Amino acid sequence: MKSHNRLKAGGRIDRSKRLSFNFNGKIYYGFEGDTLASAMLANGLNVISRSFKYHRPRGIIGSGVEDPASLVELLDEEASGNNLSTNVKLKEGLSAKSINCWPSVDFDFGAITQYFEKFIPAGFYYKTFKWPTWHLFEPLIRVAAGLANAPKMPPKSGHFESRNAHTDYLIIGAGPAGLLATLIAARSGANVFLVDQNTEAGGSLLSLNLSINKRPAMDWVDGVIKEISAMSNVTHLQDSTAWAYREHNLVVVNEREVENASIIERSWRIRAKKVIIATGAIERSLVFPNNDRPGVMLASAVQTFVSRYAVKPGENLVIFTNNDSVYSYIKDFKRAGINILAIVDSRKTIESDVLDYAADERVIPYSIIKNVNGYKKVNSVVVESFGDNGLEIISCDLLAHSGGWNPAVHLHSQSRGTVSFDEKIAAFIPDQYVQSAINIGACNGNFNLREIFDETKLFMLGQLSASKQMVYEEKLECNKQMYSIEALWSTDLLNEKNKAFFDIQNDVTHHDIQLALREGFSNIEHVKRYTTGGMGFDQGKTGNVNIIGAIADLEGIGLNDVGTTTFRSPFTPISFGSISGVREGAVVLPFRHTPVTKWNLEKGAFMYEAGARWRRPGYFPRDGESFQEAVNRECHAVRTGVGVYDGSPLGKFELKGENVGEFLDLIYTNMMSSLLPGNGRYGLMLTDDGLIFDDGVAFRIDQHRWFISTSSGHSDSVNQHMQKILAFDRPDLDVKITNITNQWNNATVCGPLARKLLQKLGTNIDLGNSSFPFMTFREGKIANIPARVIRVSFTGELSFEINVSPRNMLTLWEKIIKAGAEFDILPVGSEASHVLRVEKGFLSLGHEVDGTVDPYDLGMNWVMSKKKIDFIGKRSVHLRRSSGIVRRELVGLLPTNPDEAIPEGAPLTPKGKKVATEGFTTACVWSVVNNRWVGLALLENGHSRHGEEAYVRLKNKIIKAEITRPVFHDPDGKLLRS
Amino acid sequence: MLLIKCPFCKNRNETEFVYGGPVGANRPDPTRASDEEWVDFLTMVPNPTGPVHERWWHARGCGEWFIICRDTVTHEILETPIEKS
Repeated sequence: MKSHNRLKAGGRIDRSKRLSFNFNGKIYYGFEGDTLASAMLANGLNVISRSFKYHRPRGIIGSGVEDPASLVELLDEEASGNNLSTNVKLKEGLSAKSINCWPSVDFDFGAITQYFEKFIPAGFYYKTFKWPTWHLFEPLIRVAAGLANAPKMPPKSGHFESRNAHTDYLIIGAGPAGLLATLIAARSGANVFLVDQNTEAGGSLLSLNLSINKRPAMDWVDGVIKEISAMSNVTHLQDSTAWAYREHNLVVVNEREVENASIIERSWRIRAKKVIIATGAIERSLVFPNNDRPGVMLASAVQTFVSRYAVKPGENLVIFTNNDSVYSYIKDFKRAGINILAIVDSRKTIESDVLDYAADERVIPYSIIKNVNGYKKVNSVVVESFGDNGLEIISCDLLAHSGGWNPAVHLHSQSRGTVSFDEKIAAFIPDQYVQSAINIGACNGNFNLREIFDETKLFMLGQLSASKQMVYEEKLECNKQMYSIEALWSTDLLNEKNKAFFDIQNDVTHHDIQLALREGFSNIEHVKRYTTGGMGFDQGKTGNVNIIGAIADLEGIGLNDVGTTTFRSPFTPISFGSISGVREGAVVLPFRHTPVTKWNLEKGAFMYEAGARWRRPGYFPRDGESFQEAVNRECHAVRTGVGVYDGSPLGKFELKGENVGEFLDLIYTNMMSSLLPGNGRYGLMLTDDGLIFDDGVAFRIDQHRWFISTSSGHSDSVNQHMQKILAFDRPDLDVKITNITNQWNNATVCGPLARKLLQKLGTNIDLGNSSFPFMTFREGKIANIPARVIRVSFTGELSFEINVSPRNMLTLWEKIIKAGAEFDILPVGSEASHVLRVEKGFLSLGHEVDGTVDPYDLGMNWVMSKKKIDFIGKRSVHLRRSSGIVRRELVGLLPTNPDEAIPEGAPLTPKGKKVATEGFTTACVWSVVNNRWVGLALLENGHSRHGEEAYVRLKNKIIKAEITRPVFHDPDGKLLRS
Repeated sequence: MLLIKCPFCKNRNETEFVYGGPVGANRPDPTRASDEEWVDFLTMVPNPTGPVHERWWHARGCGEWFIICRDTVTHEILETPIEKS
């Protein structure tokens, strides 16, 4: 297809490099230097997408990040969802398609919605999709809401990356202000980052034909870029968006064109001593009926397409404005061969200096656009002149409009800086600063190049010492520019039937704004949420201030009183890949392994994550074996023979110092300081609100040296808890804590044959029950490996916890398995461990201990020391219990039908009725020793209800169970002490 | 992301720290405090808009607990702990 809208000469495109691209299945051509939008315009493509709600045809409106309409979905290697075609750099072979239309953008079935528009006003979704339930509508709305499809696969080649940087100056925006600031800072020797979102530096100078020092302004830009690119103290990131301004001058930058081609995008987190915001200004739309028709464009976009991309978006142009900025474009439009039919200016009086630019044109002052005709392309506009009250129809194919300029205060606002409304330029400008930042140039409300340079110089030289100021002495001479404006937030729309769009992306019309106000949503944040104006992809870059203005007009208040909505990051959409960097898949939260993990995997263990990212074996299934069969087999081994499990993830700490005993007495409920060296005790830790925090054992090594263990998943929080107490509550205590979780691994040998197995392994420790009783530890050698052996039991059987250094763990493990063969030893996974501890009624964090129970609830009165005046949690436990409120207490459950399991977590209700629960099932397992299902539950007043019946109320049935003591095996604990 | 000054490690990113809550009243003597005093100690946590003293733990660093004063509106850190080495 012929590029019939391309100008023969001019522009910043390379006509020697022709690029082909695919749009909606057809091949077109553009040039190096084009964006997808400029190439599509050059090919005469008017309708790019369909609108969100009404499926109206939409074309290109802006020329950069402000464009609210030209969303496309990129395909193939570049696959990504919603992309503004004005932001997509044209590449050879680029493939894109329209969004929000079916079967095609030219004939869109969804456009039928516009005939129902009366029935889908603002708030329609909130009012409609709730009967009988929102979930009925959710899937359909989710499909509609996303616009483009998300890519199904990650990019085939390349990866994302993140970098951190610190710098003296971070300058955001490579327009005239940003470049001059960079030059001055760089010459002073400071470290400088220059970041700009455009494909090339220059900002507004890329599109405006201005001169600096009597030469084209872009020559000056090229000179600055050349100079700073040779300086090692400058990092220049072009085609990179500063999209988030966070606390303490941290700015997050998304770099899209990385010098290393294998990096798709790079995310920079830059902390700067000073952030210089030079983000320019964004042109505002005018709001008038049918202002969304393809061919209605922002005036600055027309100027950019003409002078930067050498594309003529139309032949016959009408301009609609309320300010001076469009007048300076006239000579470029005429040079491109565009017929300017009329300049419709809403102002009564226009400065004669400004009118000089339009000396040969027809300027219609005090007039507005009353309507736009045409569906897929403008064919005429209706002009209403207030001077003579006349209506005139002008045939045209392009309408360029300008509602004035909004300083891009987004980053300033994200930094928590405030903005205020400036009547002179009818826009919000930066007011108060909160962080170390400064706005210069157009984003500070200064639209005149000469003044921008003066302002920048004044600020930058003020930053430097006299000797460093000497380095910068250049004078910059430039053209005169003018800017004045009379605010026009919309034409008179009170009785207007045609749609006039405030927010083109979200199809928010004047009807919606009026409706929101009528229904009482007058706060700007409410209007935003009710109408969705200013949400979505473009975040209302061109339309938001008009909404604020319209509210002010309708409510009869000032714009400062209406205020702005919150500017949030990201400034422009950012890919998830860029945010996550290389942290994807298993690297996001890596698993923790023990030396036995590999052995477990080789033996076919089914692995679980068992708290704190520890990867542990759940069970070791054999061929053809079910889950339950495998677990039963492992339990049986422990109860009748011997089993071994890897207890390495257990949290372990060594405590040293004069006052460890006193400290342990404070953090545990029971008395630890009375222990003799070599002995230990099981204990509970509470928090000061009187609830169980963790459980474990404490052993005394010698006078001033102890070690404790914590549950695997809680070791970090126990460490935090202990360190915090020592830092703030008891700095007087001499206690030093070392985390030895990873320094000691352990294999726990458990079962009636455990002692025999240890003897077979060979040891210099006397294993006799009287010389090495329960709750003591011994140091010595097991199978010739130095070990600390501890007699604790989490299964209820005779157990030896053999602690060794990690380098010896696998050797020890393999020796145990080999020596245990004659006793039919089995490795035991966490599923069997769970069964064994439930049979014994031992508590488990996350099951019986859910952050609501105290030790009395679990029947552990013995653990609450009566001798100690104070320990953490004591006061609160007694305070809470003194109120006499009914407590849920731990009981055992025996289902009436022994073959019927109770789902864990299932609620218990009085008599199984549909009333408030009186407890819930904390665990239920198939007990190998009892040959039936057994459960544990927290039940109101459970301790006094043994022998009664409990009712588990499920969705479709009620399970009856007998309430018992919470112990189903060896109730007196003879076995574990054997 | 805050830039927090650890007394040992100097300025480090917030991601290295664990927040330990605002500094409230000291733990009263549980044998003397009235019920009201004890409950207040547990539940009345400072939550101002503006400067607040708060605890941070350099969990992914040196392991030091320390106190800073931070403005909850601006995030400005008004007081940092005394440097240690």
